[in-house]
Parts: sequence; structure tokens; C-alpha cells
Amino acid sequence: MSLRGIWAVFRKEFRENLRDRRTLLSALVFGPILGPLLVAGVVQFSISHAEEQSDEDIPVAVMHAERAPNLLAYLSARGVDINNVTFDEAGARQAVATQAQKIILDIPEDFGARLQEGQPAPVVLYSDSSRAFDRRGVGRVQLLISQYGLEIAQLRYLARGIDPISVLPISVQQIDVSTPSSRSVLVLNMMTYLVLLSMLFGGLYLAIDATAGERERGSLEVLLTSPVPREHLIYGKIFAAAVYMLISLTLTVAMFSVAMSFVGLEKLGVTANLGPRAASKLIACCAPLILFGASYLSIVSGFAKSYREAQTYLGLVITIPTMPLMFAGLLGLQAKLGLMFVPFLSQHLLMTTVVRAEPIEPKFVAVSVASTIVYGVLLMFLAGRLYRREALLG
Amino acid sequence: MLEARGLCKSFGKVAAVRGVSFAARDGQITGLLGANGAGKSTTLRMLYTVLKPDDGDALIDGRSVVADPLAARRSIGVLSHGAGVYNHLTARENITYFGELHGMSRADREARAAELLELLEMQPFADRLAKGFSQGQKLKTALARALVHRPKNVLLDEPTNGLDVMAVRGLRKLLTQLRDAGHCVLFSSHVMQEVEQLCDEVVVIAGGQVVAAGTLADIRARGGDRLEDAFVALMEPADAQPGAKT
Repeated sequence: MSLRGIWAVFRKEFRENLRDRRTLLSALVFGPILGPLLVAGVVQFSISHAEEQSDEDIPVAVMHAERAPNLLAYLSARGVDINNVTFDEAGARQAVATQAQKIILDIPEDFGARLQEGQPAPVVLYSDSSRAFDRRGVGRVQLLISQYGLEIAQLRYLARGIDPISVLPISVQQIDVSTPSSRSVLVLNMMTYLVLLSMLFGGLYLAIDATAGERERGSLEVLLTSPVPREHLIYGKIFAAAVYMLISLTLTVAMFSVAMSFVGLEKLGVTANLGPRAASKLIACCAPLILFGASYLSIVSGFAKSYREAQTYLGLVITIPTMPLMFAGLLGLQAKLGLMFVPFLSQHLLMTTVVRAEPIEPKFVAVSVASTIVYGVLLMFLAGRLYRREALLG
Repeated sequence: MLEARGLCKSFGKVAAVRGVSFAARDGQITGLLGANGAGKSTTLRMLYTVLKPDDGDALIDGRSVVADPLAARRSIGVLSHGAGVYNHLTARENITYFGELHGMSRADREARAAELLELLEMQPFADRLAKGFSQGQKLKTALARALVHRPKNVLLDEPTNGLDVMAVRGLRKLLTQLRDAGHCVLFSSHVMQEVEQLCDEVVVIAGGQVVAAGTLADIRARGGDRLEDAFVALMEPADAQPGAKT
């Protein structure tokens, strides 16, 4: 059977959509530019925030500072910015709740006396643990206070003739084995998600146009009277959508590569492997998905009665294939052979491996590529069958 | 030459077409006349192969639309209801696209497009995107598209809908030219004057069935000297029939 019909439809769809502002915006602008900018922005923000936080003094409001001059001197020598206030207990709660103060330290009246008698001397620390940005500050203040306590304890042991070391039977030594690359997991998850989504968006309007658009415009009937088998018409459209997806994918990955090189991930302790070589590997990992994505979106829009309905459906449906990625993030899934049979998830895992500069199993790549292409071809045939139905005419 | 032989088509429980038979000969303009919902469009859609008859068959130059729709499609040119064109293609590209779908070579389809652009006086907007076209310009584009592969048979579904007087006159001229060149022209309409002015033969459809067929004179003989009176006379028994899909 002659395939010229497929070629004719493909060329026309490709050219027509090149002139359509909506297609161009979604294929060439939204995904490829906004996605990388978003991620770069988030990374840039957390870098500058992390830099700020580690340098900055922690502001602490202190009630009755005169009761513990030594403790406060210890704190202020270690990056705590002491600031005297007078509140009662209710006032202190209020001040923290309304964000007038971030951390308030209250020194009780008997602090000095109890300390001298060798009894536990309480201090009260007010803070709001629901504010993520302040939590680190509170943690540091707490740590400093207990360090101060520990120093006093050690002095007491010495005074009683006990070696302070003997009362510390266990010491924990932390070894952090995360490599700089593996620390970038969060950023990475966001990136792979956006790459895949942006790829799908690239072919969105072509898929809608394939059925709902042609029908609404009134050109579908005439198209169906041409001596080209009906399934060839949809194949041509699917191929055109797939090529737009490939363009969108390539641009998005390229933009990510460029954007990340500007952001300077090293400052965050992250080195993402996103040079030109890695970027082309990423594109190669995802490319088999274009046939799957284009067929999938065309099938869904084939069920819609109008352009608008198709847009609504696709807006929802486009996120479904990327759902497994969220589970991958939550469960911390690692690349396994079985998972390579799951489209989108296998691409996500492969991309993650590439960016983390870990060795790739050729077997995994082979399974991912082959299974994704098989699903894509099956979906394409399904779309062909759908295009043969009379209900298509609406 | 188009022949409908006992065409039947139902949509769910609604029987839109119930055994329609007629013939449209070469070198003639045949009008498919009927009220809205009489089954004209459904009949045409079976003839131009986008709907498959539940029963019966239609022959296009002897080729069955059921057994070999691809062959049947090669010898028909279709102007469907609404005449949608591709907004992001120029008039010329709209035409050559269909030439390509019909398997014409690049040189052939470009030459033919130029010919049609001239015939239909489309040069002023030939290379503009169809986005901003008027109804008349869209119709001309759709007509040229239907004729690009030089089809022997031309089927038009309510071609004059939404057109101004000048566009209708242009269309009439073109259909007459096609007839004189030996084509078989079949069009549907619910406008009496149009049918009266253009058609050599008329097929009147009501309630999904052919209630009368013949020359204008034959039809008039059934109910009065004006086609409209004859039409109303023919409709009376049909009014009892259940309505069908428009």
C-alpha cells in the first residue's frame, strides 16, 4: 500500500503548524523556556538563601537578659544577635505568633540560683516550628545552649575529680556519603518532570487538531473523501505531532543545559552532569517517547466533541503519564530492570542516572527504548482504528 | 455517473435514510431537494463514502462505495457542508494539498491549481492565508480543492448556504460549465429557486425516502406549474413520517 498519503499529511501538518502561533508558543516557548527558567530560578533562590542563612547572625529576643550574662555572652560570641525585650509569657507567645519576633529566650528568675546549687536550670525558648525558614535558627540556638550546658557539666566533673570523657560513653560520628551529584535529586526530579511535560506540550495542538480541530473547522469530511486510507491520515498527523514533540524535547534539554551552567550549582554543593554530551544522552533517552505521546494525545482528542472539549481533556490527561514520576520521587525508586518497562518512568530513571553521572546499564536502555517504541506503535494502530469509526464525524 | 441503490442509514433509533435509489447522469446537474432533516446530507455522505450504508449500495462510475471506497473516491470531488478550509494554508496550498492526497505529481497539481485559481477568479487572494477569507473566498477555495483532481463526478452539500448574490451567481456559472464539460453534478438544496434555475433533473427526498424524481417538467406535472407548489404537494403525505437527523 502506498504511503504517500502519510507523507502528504505529515508535510502539510508540519508546515501549517509552523504558522500557528498557539502551536509555536506551546512547542517552542512555554516548555523550552519557562521550564528551565523556573528550575534555574528555584535553584538560584535556594543558593542565595543558603548563603545568606549560614552567614547571618540569628536574631534572638531575650527576656530578663540580666539573669544570665555568661550564657548570653557565650551565645553572642557564636553568631547570635541578642536583643533585650520585656514581655510576660502571654506577650511572648503573641510576639512569636504574629512574627514580631522569630525566637524569644526567657531566663527564669531562679536561673542563676539553681545553676549555682547544681540543680537543672531551665530556660524557655519560644518559636514557631511551622515556619521553615526559622527552624534552622532555633535548632542552632538550642544546640548552642546545650553546648554551653555541656561545658558547665564538664567543669563540674573535673571539680569532682571525674574524667569528663568517661561520662560520654557513646559518641556519634557522622559520615555523609552523598556525592555532590546525588544531592541534586530534588532539582533533578523537577527537571525530568518538566522535560517530559514540555515534550508532550510540543505536540498538544497538533493532536487536538487531528480530529477535534478538523471536525470543528468542517474540513474533516472532505479530507476523508480523499483516496487515502483513513488510518494513513491519522498516522501522518501523529508523525507531525511526534516531530514537534522532538523539537520541543531538544530545545528544553538544551535550555536546561545552558540555564544550569549559568546558575552555578557548585555553590549548592551540587554538580549536575548537564554538558552537551549528557544533554544529547537525555534527548536520546526520551526520543522513543514521541510516538507514544503523539498517539496517546491523538486518541484522547479523538473522543472529544469539540476543540474546547479536547483542550480540557488533554489538560488533564497530559499529566497522567507523568504520575509515576511523583511516586518515584516519594518512594526514592532506583533504576531496576522491571521499571524499564514503564514508559515515562523508565525515561525518568535513565535521565536521573545520566545527570548523576552514574554508569548506565545498556540492558536498561535497550529495554526502555524497545518497550516504549512497541507501546507507541500499538497506540498508533489504535488511533488508526479510531479514525475509521464513523462516530469520528460527530 | 452516480447511482444510489436502496441506500439505508440509521443513527441509533433514528432512520435517517430509508431505501433511497436514484441516478445522476453525466452531463447533467441533478438536484437533491428536500426539507431540513429529510436525509439529503446523509444520502450524500454515503455517496461520497464517509458514511457506510447499513443496507444498499451506491455506484460511482460503476465502482461500489461499499466494496471499494478508495476507488470510488478517486472519481469524486466533494464540497461538504460548511466547506472548511485550513486557515494556516494559503488558498493555493489548500488546493495543492488535496492534489497531493489524490496522488498528483508536484508539477501536475501546481499547474492544475493555477488553472483553477484563474477559472474561479481567485488570483487576488491565491497566496494569502485562508484565515481572513470571506465566506465567498472560502467557498471558492473549497470548490477548487474539490476539483483539483479533475473528478468526473462532483457532489456538493448545500453549496449556496451563507453566500451572497455574487458568490451564488459565480457558483451557478461554474456548475453549468462543469455540466457542459460532461461532468456529473449532484447537489443538495432546500432552496426551490436554486434548483429550478440550475437542475436538469430533480430528486425530491422526504422522510428519508425518494418521493419524486425526474426532470423539472415531470415534477411540476405532479402538483402545479411552480416547483414550490409541486414540492408542497409532494410533502403532504410525507409529513406523517418521523423526522430525521439534519
